Amino acid sequence: MSKVTSVRGRAVPVRGDDIDTDRIIPARYLKEITFSRMGDYPFYDERFTPDGAPKAHPFNDPRFAGAEVLLGNVNFGCGSSREHAPQALARWGHPAHPGIKAVVAESFAEIFAGNCVMLGVPAATASKADVAALQALAERAPETVFTLDLESLTMSGGGLTVAVAVPESRRRALLEGSWDSTGSLLANRAKVEALAAGLPYLNGFR
Amino acid sequence: MAQKTLYNKVWDAHSVAILPTGQTQLFIGLHLVHEVTSPQAFDMLRERGLAVAHPERTFATMDHIVPTTTRGRPFADGQAEEMMRAIERNAREFKINLFDFPSGRQGVVHIIGPELGLTQPGMTIACGDSHTSTHGAFGTLAFGIGTSQVRDVLATQCLAMDALKVRRVQVDGDLRPGVTPKDVALFIINRLGVKGGIGYAYEYAGTTFERMSMEGRMTVCNMSIEGGARAGYVNPDATTFAYLKGREYAPQGPAWDRAVAAWRAVASEPDATYDDVVRFDAADIAPMVTWGVTPAQSVAVGSPLPDPAATPDAGERGSMETAYRYMKLKPGQSLADLRIDVAFIGSCTNGRIEDLRAAASVARGRRVSPGVKAFVVPGSMRVKAQAEEEGLKEVFLAAGFEWREAGCSMCLAMNPDQLVGDQVSASSSNRNFIGRQGSPTGRTLLMSPAMVAAAAVTGRVTDVRTLA
Repeated sequence: MSKVTSVRGRAVPVRGDDIDTDRIIPARYLKEITFSRMGDYPFYDERFTPDGAPKAHPFNDPRFAGAEVLLGNVNFGCGSSREHAPQALARWGHPAHPGIKAVVAESFAEIFAGNCVMLGVPAATASKADVAALQALAERAPETVFTLDLESLTMSGGGLTVAVAVPESRRRALLEGSWDSTGSLLANRAKVEALAAGLPYLNGFR
Repeated sequence: MAQKTLYNKVWDAHSVAILPTGQTQLFIGLHLVHEVTSPQAFDMLRERGLAVAHPERTFATMDHIVPTTTRGRPFADGQAEEMMRAIERNAREFKINLFDFPSGRQGVVHIIGPELGLTQPGMTIACGDSHTSTHGAFGTLAFGIGTSQVRDVLATQCLAMDALKVRRVQVDGDLRPGVTPKDVALFIINRLGVKGGIGYAYEYAGTTFERMSMEGRMTVCNMSIEGGARAGYVNPDATTFAYLKGREYAPQGPAWDRAVAAWRAVASEPDATYDDVVRFDAADIAPMVTWGVTPAQSVAVGSPLPDPAATPDAGERGSMETAYRYMKLKPGQSLADLRIDVAFIGSCTNGRIEDLRAAASVARGRRVSPGVKAFVVPGSMRVKAQAEEEGLKEVFLAAGFEWREAGCSMCLAMNPDQLVGDQVSASSSNRNFIGRQGSPTGRTLLMSPAMVAAAAVTGRVTDVRTLA
C-alpha cells in the first residue's frame, strides 16, 4: 500500500453546501457489481440532460479536465454511505485522466470522508474564507497546480497557501501507507477472538 | 468527553486494540449485508484469499433492487438479476446467513434485523448502508459503512474507528394528537441542521422517547444520519425488552433473564456526562413536511416557507435558493393544498407495522384522489403478512392504494418504482435529495405515513389533523 504524503494537481471547484452522494452518483449506477466503470458517472444528472446532452458543470468544463483536487463547500458527501461516490470521483476520466486524488472542503459528512481515506484519497478541511479563495483562484486560473501537503497540513498554489486539517488518525494512515485497514485489523486476530469469547451476547449471557 | 453513557460502555466493551494510527479496533457484533454495497467487498476477499471471519454473525438479505410488483425470477432488469445472483453466490460460498424470498424473512435490512430479534441492546452493528443508525433504537452502536469497510468487517469482524462525541437530544412531554415519531425526527433535524450531528452520536432521551414505541424509536434513530450523526440511540428499557421477547434470535429460557439484566446495565448512568445537551418540548412539534432538497428544509404543515433573504449564512442561503428552483416553490407560500402526483408509504424509516396501521387508519373509508398514484410497500415479508392478518391490505385496496411486495422501493428508486418527470411525491421515506426518487427532476416531500395517506386521499398536502 502506497504512502500518501502529498497530492499535486490542478483543482476543480464544485460549489454548494450539502452536496449529497446521490448527486455525486445517482442510485441507478449502483446496480453494477464492480466499481470499474464508476469513473463514467460522477455528477451524472448534473452534467447531462435525460437525453444525454451536456449541461454546464465544472466536470464538463474542459478547463478542469484532468483536475486532481476537488474543492467543495459545507457537508460535502452527505447522505447515502455509497462508496461508489468517492470511487466515481477517484476514477473520473480514466484512463485518459488521473481522477480525483484529494478533496478539500469546508466540512465533510463523516461516512464520505472515511470512505475517501479507505481509498487513499485525503479529505481535508479548510476555513470558509480559505476554501472561497481556493475556489476563486481555481476558477480564475484553472491551470494553477496546487499541492496538498499532509506533512505541513497546507494547500498551496499560485502564490496562495492555506492551512488545512485532517483528523490525526487518518493523516497517519495516509502518511504511513496503512489507509487500507484490513491488514492492521487482521494482525490482532488473537485479541479479537479473546474479546469475542468474553462478550455476553455471544456466549449465552453467561 | 462523554462518560458513563451507553455509548462509552458499548464502545469500551468492543474495543480490541488501539491501532498504530491511533484509531480504535472495534469488534462488530452483528454484520448486516445487502445486495448493493457488498459484491465488490466479496470480490476483494477473493482477490486477497480471505475468508469471512464470523459467518455466524453475518446476515444478508436483498432489498434495494428488488421489484415490488413481482417475486418472479429472473427479474426483468438484467443488472438487478445479476446483483441478486451475486449475493446468492456470495452467501453460499462464504457460508453466511441469507434471508431470501423462499425463507419468508426477506425485507429491508433495517426492518428484518429488529423483527427477527438479531438486533439486541449493547451490540455493535455495522451495515453498508447509512440508515444502519436505525438499530440504535435498541441501545446499540450501529454504524453505516462503505464497501471497503464491509470488506474489513467480513474479513476481521472489526472496524478501524475514531471515537465520536455524544450529544444528548432530550425531548420531554406528550406528542400532540396527529404528531408522530417521524415529525419528531424532522423537527430535530430542522432545528439542529443536516450537518449539526457531524462528529456526534445522538442519545435520544426524555419522556417523549421513554413513552415511544420501538417502531417510533426506530424511525427517529433511522434519521440520525440525515442530521449528520452517524449513530443515534435510545437507552434500552421495558419497552425494548417487551419488543424482543420471543423473537426468533432473541435469548430464550433462562438466558432471557440474564440477557435483560445485561441489557439494563448498558444504559447510560443517571450521572453520565455528555459533550453536548439540547432540549426540546414535545408540545412545540407539529406534523412536519419538507419543502426543499435536504431533510432539514421543512416546516410545520401550513406554515409559510422560509425566506432565504433572512438567512445570514451565504452557503445556507445558496442551498435554499437551489431548493426553491428545483422544487418550483416560492418563499412565503404554504405547502397546504400543494397538489401531489404520487403517494409512497414504506422504507426503512416508515415501513413497519405501526406505520401501516397509522396510514390505514386515515385511508379507511376514503378513496385515493383521482390522478394520484398511491402505493404501500411493507418493509418486510413478515410486516406484509402481519398487515394482511390485521386486514390492513383490504383497507388499502378498498381505498385505491396498491399493495406491494417488501423492498426499499421508491425510497431510492434502484428498482422499477420511480418518479417520472417533475412529479411531486408525498413520501414516508428519509431523503428528499435532488433526483432521489428516480427522476432527475422529481420532487419529494417527506412526511409521516399518516400525512402521506392524507395527501393520497385529498390529492394535496393536507394537515392530517383536519381529516378526523
